[in-house]
Amino acid sequence: MTETDMITARSLSRSFKTKSGPVEAVRGIDLDVRPGEIVGLLGPNGAGKTTTLRMLTTLLMPSSGTATVAGHDLVREPRDVRRRIGYVSQVGAPPSAGTIVGEELVTQARLQGLSKADATTRLSEVAPRLSLGGLERRALLELSGGQRRRFDIALGLMHSPQLVFLDEPTTGLDPQSRANLWDHIRSLRDDSGVTILLTTHYLDEADALADRVLVMDDGKIVADDTPDALKARISGDVITLAFGVAGELARAESVARTAVPVREVVVTDSALLVTVDEGAVAVAPILRALDFAGLSPSSITVNRPTLDDVFLTLTGRSLREGAEGDSAA
Amino acid sequence: MFTEMFVIFQRQMRILLRNPVWVFFGLTQPILYLALFGPLLKNVSGGGLGGDSAWRVFVPGLLLQLAIFGAGFAGFGVIQELREGVIDRQRVTPARRVSLIFGRTLSNMVTIGVQAIVLVLVALPFGLSASWSGIASSVVLICLLALGISAASYAMGLILKDEDGFAPFIQGVSLPLLLLSGVLLPMSLAPAWLRHASQVNPLTYVVDATRALFRGDFGNHDVWIGALVTVALGALLAWWGTRTFQRQSA
Ligand SMILES: Nc1ncnc2c1ncn2[C@@H]1O[C@H](COP(=O)(O)OP(=O)(O)OP(=O)(O)O)[C@@H](O)[C@H]1O
Ligand SMILES: [Mg+2]
Repeated sequence: MTETDMITARSLSRSFKTKSGPVEAVRGIDLDVRPGEIVGLLGPNGAGKTTTLRMLTTLLMPSSGTATVAGHDLVREPRDVRRRIGYVSQVGAPPSAGTIVGEELVTQARLQGLSKADATTRLSEVAPRLSLGGLERRALLELSGGQRRRFDIALGLMHSPQLVFLDEPTTGLDPQSRANLWDHIRSLRDDSGVTILLTTHYLDEADALADRVLVMDDGKIVADDTPDALKARISGDVITLAFGVAGELARAESVARTAVPVREVVVTDSALLVTVDEGAVAVAPILRALDFAGLSPSSITVNRPTLDDVFLTLTGRSLREGAEGDSAA
Repeated sequence: MFTEMFVIFQRQMRILLRNPVWVFFGLTQPILYLALFGPLLKNVSGGGLGGDSAWRVFVPGLLLQLAIFGAGFAGFGVIQELREGVIDRQRVTPARRVSLIFGRTLSNMVTIGVQAIVLVLVALPFGLSASWSGIASSVVLICLLALGISAASYAMGLILKDEDGFAPFIQGVSLPLLLLSGVLLPMSLAPAWLRHASQVNPLTYVVDATRALFRGDFGNHDVWIGALVTVALGALLAWWGTRTFQRQSA
């Protein structure tokens, strides 16, 4: 923890009273986010991601624990926190008739304390940045899914916050809109230095966007590392070497074992699976050694473990299973 | 704080005015009462009814009904806004929670004020003859009441969070209160037990006051009691609504 951290949370917890007894949505999490970081909060349905975000954005009182957000205490100085943060909630119900893109954005900016003139100027800056230029007079009901999500993000950016919380920014979007939104989110940090905490179900999203991934399960943070380090920590990379001639496999195995430090080697009918710490570094020495021994593989692939593998190792459950179990319940 | 309130007020009014169905029915509903129910009253006698003075009894009742139903159902809107994420998005700004709720209640109050004025104007050709200053002060009282009721309705909306619970609740509370206040026919026609029951209903005093005001009977003690009850009730409901809104949104 340093003085300049954007978010510092200690033992943050929240429980809900429900008819079927208390629900411990978040169980004492610690969190540090540095300025300019993009941090991904990854977890299955019901892990407590939204609850965490709602606490950090002053929308929900923590049951216990403390947090400093954008330099101010969450509980004692909520208005100072609110002035400095942007919050984009999980997708809600369709918008009401009669709401207009530009008006809603200006209204939001004015509630954030901008004057009418400043809000209008800001609209003309933010709209094009999120490819909403020309849509200012459009009714919210007439926006496409991707446009709607970009509008939601624009709402959170009108007052130029230092810190933005995005709750499942790309859920429900087609692959092209997702990739497009990723670019927008990255440029927020790269061009304006905005710190971003986002939640996601998608492994590839956390992998693509986040500098650091917090894996959340059942109200607790079960891992906190860079996407690459998380992958390396769990299972290493797998180099798959295929050979046309079956007899070459046994010789190739001993060659590979002597060429680089391997974690594990598996021989299948037609291929050799070599698990190493870093595939990118190991591939060249292995190939040179094979070539020296007069062996040439018919194909080579390097597979990095997915965050799904990571999640499985960390929690003993696959992300997808967790999601299905929850929605079936 | 007033800027924030005005920004919310403006947003609500714009959305409202863009809805042609609402504008149409909102304004024609009071007229329907006048046209389709009012004429029956001419032939009822007793309780100050009968003949043209019937309108002086009936129109104040309609005004109260307008306030109760118009403001009572305000909470519907906030349930939809909750689902859309509008409430959360506004709560995450430094805007004061009081402004968020009062900007909204202000738009309800203005709407009901306009409807009340339309109602009175339309009632004139039907035969309403009443004291102008009495009408004006009645509209003011009705607006104050609407302010309190809509604040309370917003708070209820946030508590119940669901139309299926909210609609029966509002119906269930407002209908007996309205009937017990003698909005349709004056309570002087009621049997003793009903009259006693109506005396614990604050709305009774509001109707009595507006009826006295329409007669131009400013010195009548009904006016002062009714005005006090209205102000107290409006303030109490507004206070409770604001407090709940603040609690619900920490
Ligand atoms: N207002 C509430 N009242 C009662 N329980 C709640 C409430 N909000 C959340 N919960 C419970 O807290 C737990 C965590 O919910 P949360 O919404 O934080 O999960 P999430 O990680 O955001 O899930 P998702 O990926 O589905 O959005 C869940 O078990 C949920 O049922
Ligand atoms: Mg969530």
